[in-house]
Amino acid sequence: MTQTGGQRRRALMFGATLAALAALLLVVGAGIGSSGFDSVLAARDDAVAWQIVRDIRLPRTLGAWLAGALLGLAGALAQGLFRNPLADPYLLGSASGAGLGVAVALALFGASPAATHWVLRLGLTGAAFIGAVGAVLLTLALARGVQQTLRLLLAGVIVGVVLGAITDLLTIASADVLQALQGFMLGSTGLLGWDACAVMAACGALCLAAGWALAPVLDSLALGEATARSLGLPLGAMRAALIALLALATGAAVAQTGLIAFVGLASPHLVRSVVKTTHARLVLLSALMGGALLMAADLLARWLIAPQELPVGVVTAVLGGGYLLWLMHRRARSELR
Amino acid sequence: MSGIALQARAVQAELGGTEVLHGIDLALAAGRWTSIVGPNGAGKSTLLKVLAGLLPHRGEVRLFDQPLGQWSGRARAQALSWLGQGGASEGAADDLTVYDVAMLGRVPHQRWLAAPSGADRAAVECALRSTQAWDWRDRPLGQLSGGERQRVLLARALAVEAQLLLMDEPLANLDPPHQADWIATARALADAGRTVVSVLHELNAALAADALVVMTGGRIAHHGASGDEATHAALREVFDGRVVVHRIGQQWVALPH
Repeated sequence: MTQTGGQRRRALMFGATLAALAALLLVVGAGIGSSGFDSVLAARDDAVAWQIVRDIRLPRTLGAWLAGALLGLAGALAQGLFRNPLADPYLLGSASGAGLGVAVALALFGASPAATHWVLRLGLTGAAFIGAVGAVLLTLALARGVQQTLRLLLAGVIVGVVLGAITDLLTIASADVLQALQGFMLGSTGLLGWDACAVMAACGALCLAAGWALAPVLDSLALGEATARSLGLPLGAMRAALIALLALATGAAVAQTGLIAFVGLASPHLVRSVVKTTHARLVLLSALMGGALLMAADLLARWLIAPQELPVGVVTAVLGGGYLLWLMHRRARSELR
Repeated sequence: MSGIALQARAVQAELGGTEVLHGIDLALAAGRWTSIVGPNGAGKSTLLKVLAGLLPHRGEVRLFDQPLGQWSGRARAQALSWLGQGGASEGAADDLTVYDVAMLGRVPHQRWLAAPSGADRAAVECALRSTQAWDWRDRPLGQLSGGERQRVLLARALAVEAQLLLMDEPLANLDPPHQADWIATARALADAGRTVVSVLHELNAALAADALVVMTGGRIAHHGASGDEATHAALREVFDGRVVVHRIGQQWVALPH
């Protein structure tokens, strides 16, 4: 097809590049750890080395990719849905809501965030999902809609801080939970196992398929609410579905890895700076971008102060915060022109 | 098509708790081009939104003799295309290409998740060519000027290929040649049997329509053929006697005075 061939080819190439990058990072990720790359080389003959690679490094690296993909997807959905380039799961308060959901679940049922059984992981994901939905609705109620960027962001920050404080209260009240949650709230990929990967992969597949199906709504909304309605779309139901997807993607990521900032914000921006395309492709590419970003951040977190490691949330907060500042600077400059 | 395309009976509407339309009765003939004019704040855009079914209101609006509420969203969207003011000006659509934006006009005709059909592509190409936007089809909307952007949004509304086109300030940001092109497009649509309703500040363009609806203060002051002396008198009246209408060659022109 000739009409939009240029952008389409570009999107395809970019997607392939991101997928290849992820594959490369997966191999590197399998080689980083206390026993180094030797474990990968020795894995064929040495049972212990194989176990290290198979049960620790691979699920962790793959899990980082999955969590990043979920956050990138959530960011693309949030920015399209709220027609706001600064919307992201973290700034909208939904990540804090998901964190609170996890903390409540832990306090009530005494589970550990390191729990490996998939039923527990699914339960934690459910709690995170409920928390995320509640937080998004609270943010929207406080901001009285999505029209004003500043109101929306302020409301999101307030909801995030308040829910974060409630989470803190909960953790202080219960020493067991405090211990369990401390590392978790900083954002960590260190606890990811195959069960967490399975839960994230299932949620990710669902969110991606549904997000792709609802992407035409986001395209229409970009032309304004009235135009979207004039096209005969049942906006109310579709908005609710998109908020549910946003919360599920955020909740699934937060329940496994804790609060990881800025991946959801940066991924769609980075994609858009390379290719201009419809939301169907943007959603997919943002997921690929988020996966690659968090995987790379995870490698950095493991490697920077080796043999110790940083919580990956700290790495994304520093890098993502810098990116956000640069973005604001660039916007301010382009508005002056 | 003959008869009445759109009818409003005792329509009242509010914006932000203030009533801005006070009992509008209006019947718009099918296959004609009608322009809605009036001073700022007369309720023109609000009326157009109500007629398009985009604003809650009291009273009744009938589309092709069936109450608007009885139309399914999809059937209504196929029959009625609406072009709003500055919908894409917030920048949310900046990353969509011109072609993708125009293709959104085909949403009412497409099955969910289906790829665009040959008819969709043909309609989009035809619409983009008619507003001379076809050459930029691969460019993102964010790289276009205000007038170029308006031509793309116009093409989006044309791509619906609806029987009825409602356009709010379609000439915004357009330069004179493209204003003339738009007038020719509206005329051609009406001649082909479609119904065009446009809210216009540009009185000379409005006078090129078949009929004028003159509004002031949330009411309709006059509804008549654009060549009628009574219509011109109504124009003078709502603009406080500050316009005069003259005939130059084949067309009517309104001059400030």
